[in-house]
Amino acid sequence: MTNWVPFEWTAAIRFLKEGRMQTLFIITGVSIGVAVIVFMSALLSGLQANFIKRVLTSSPHIQLIPADEIARPLRGGAGIIEAAIVQRPAQRLRSIDQWQKVRAQLQTWPDITNVSPSVSAAALAVRGAASRSISLTGIDPEVYFNIVPLPDYIVAGQPRLTSDDIIIGLDLGIDLGVTVGDKLTLTSATGASRVMTISGLFDLGNKGANKRVAYVALRTAQTLSNLAGGVTSIDLTVRDVYAAETIAQAVETATGVQADSWIKTNAQFFTAVNAQQTSNTMIRLFVGLSVAFGIASVLVVSVIQRSRDIGILRAMGTSQGQILRIFLLQGALLGFAGSLIGSALGGGTLVYWHNALRQADGSEIFPLILEPQLFISAMVLAALTGVAAAAVPAMRAAQLDPVVAIRG
Amino acid sequence: MADAVPVVKLEGVRKAYGTGTPVEVEVLHGIDLELQRGEFVALTGPSGSGKSTLLNIIGLLDRPTAGRLLISGRETGRLNDTELTQLRGHSIGFIFQTHCLISAFTALENVMMPQLVASEFPNDAIRARAEELLDQVGLTRWKDNLSSNMSGGQQQRVAIARSLAMNPVLILADEPTGNLDTKSADGALDLMRQVNRDHGTTFLIVTHSMDIAHRCDRIIDVVDGQIVN
Repeated sequence: MTNWVPFEWTAAIRFLKEGRMQTLFIITGVSIGVAVIVFMSALLSGLQANFIKRVLTSSPHIQLIPADEIARPLRGGAGIIEAAIVQRPAQRLRSIDQWQKVRAQLQTWPDITNVSPSVSAAALAVRGAASRSISLTGIDPEVYFNIVPLPDYIVAGQPRLTSDDIIIGLDLGIDLGVTVGDKLTLTSATGASRVMTISGLFDLGNKGANKRVAYVALRTAQTLSNLAGGVTSIDLTVRDVYAAETIAQAVETATGVQADSWIKTNAQFFTAVNAQQTSNTMIRLFVGLSVAFGIASVLVVSVIQRSRDIGILRAMGTSQGQILRIFLLQGALLGFAGSLIGSALGGGTLVYWHNALRQADGSEIFPLILEPQLFISAMVLAALTGVAAAAVPAMRAAQLDPVVAIRG
Repeated sequence: MADAVPVVKLEGVRKAYGTGTPVEVEVLHGIDLELQRGEFVALTGPSGSGKSTLLNIIGLLDRPTAGRLLISGRETGRLNDTELTQLRGHSIGFIFQTHCLISAFTALENVMMPQLVASEFPNDAIRARAEELLDQVGLTRWKDNLSSNMSGGQQQRVAIARSLAMNPVLILADEPTGNLDTKSADGALDLMRQVNRDHGTTFLIVTHSMDIAHRCDRIIDVVDGQIVN
């Protein structure tokens, strides 16, 4: 018995130590429960981070595009019969009105980290007899590379974009039989044509994108698309990727330009992420409940077993509050001890799994995210669950009639 | 003058169970009793006569249905549960027949318990007092033993030491020798007698044994919820 340990703590620890087997079994149960929660939470946040990283690797968080053109029929005067059908006009390539002003405005927003204007257009890449249709993107490399880290995906050459440079995907290069330093002709939908030098080849890890996407300097794309001084989109990144939709709506209201967030453009993916999160929460809730009921059942039995002890303690002047605290503490200690072992178990299993399961090329299947917050919250929650689970047995113990308790 | 105040005073104490129901039973029918400081009293009577109920009421573990109970002159009827618990902890010591020690604690810790309950944290003074009491009952050697490693006689001696921890004015013993062999029972009774003489502590001992009753200063005989002798 140590001088700085209060009586209730000593009694709670001694009671748990005396019922060794019961304590051992329930701590094992709590540990397994906490391990499942820690393992699942860390695994899912790793997988989600990985999915989101993959989705956002080659696309901005928010894209501003010009609003669709709509037909505005002129209504005739009296006596003229008009057809009820209004045909939707074909959407020509257009620039965002006053895009420099919009860019300057958005650059001051604290939630937005990067603002990058770009021109996207369809084009034909021709090399000798071979030609491939491509999606041409004209960018300002200094800003755009902050959004899409293209230099990280360069497998040959340099991420350099002067006015005659073009960076193409690895598979497009194979199709056209070209490599770094070779030339190819770009022909845009407007009929403009230009000979470009391949400055780099990239591999985005997606064959379709590697065959289709090509990057040129912004001015080159503007010239080829006949959009001198214009841009077809403004790409944005934001600090909180999950707030992208809210920010997009605010941008739309503030600028009048249509803003699409990655959440909107990848609605199905985002639904899947949400469903995963909900199922994870449900699993955690049910595991937490089973842990709580486990602790409660052990303590209910303990109160019955210890009724004489409780009676003697009450006879010696122990208050109902002290008895209550002794049993609440037992619940908290069981929860806390279980969470310590469970966190180590869950974290250890995840590390083992992360190291044991690898992709064919040896890279990780999911990033290992073990945040201290997760362990701290698991421990605090487990201790609180223990206290909550102990509430009923503790109240029962505190309310025991000492006369009945002593008699057993 | 202070000595003139009885340690325990009961006036017309009644106790009924199942009050207000068709099975209401009154087990104590108007008990009047006084115990003076330093008395060594036996409480006898057949099983079911109300001895234990009377002991529980005097020990503030139970409340009378009617009548007055004063401990050292203090009226207990208007005290709430917390005040009763405090008064019990400071003024009354208990010695039970069985399961008298808390098995999760050592002999020394059991003796420290009443003071620990009152002060929350252990300290050297509490430890020293408990060691002194264990020495008085001749169990210094066994102070670190759990109750499961002690004989019935030794356990009862620890219980006697524990009952003295708070220097109570009154010790209530419910069949303290009921589970002991003759030698251990004699030893325990001698010890209680010695404490009674040395500290002037009042003892009220519930017993079925007339031998033990005759070794007390006074015998109170309870039959059918009334004091008959």
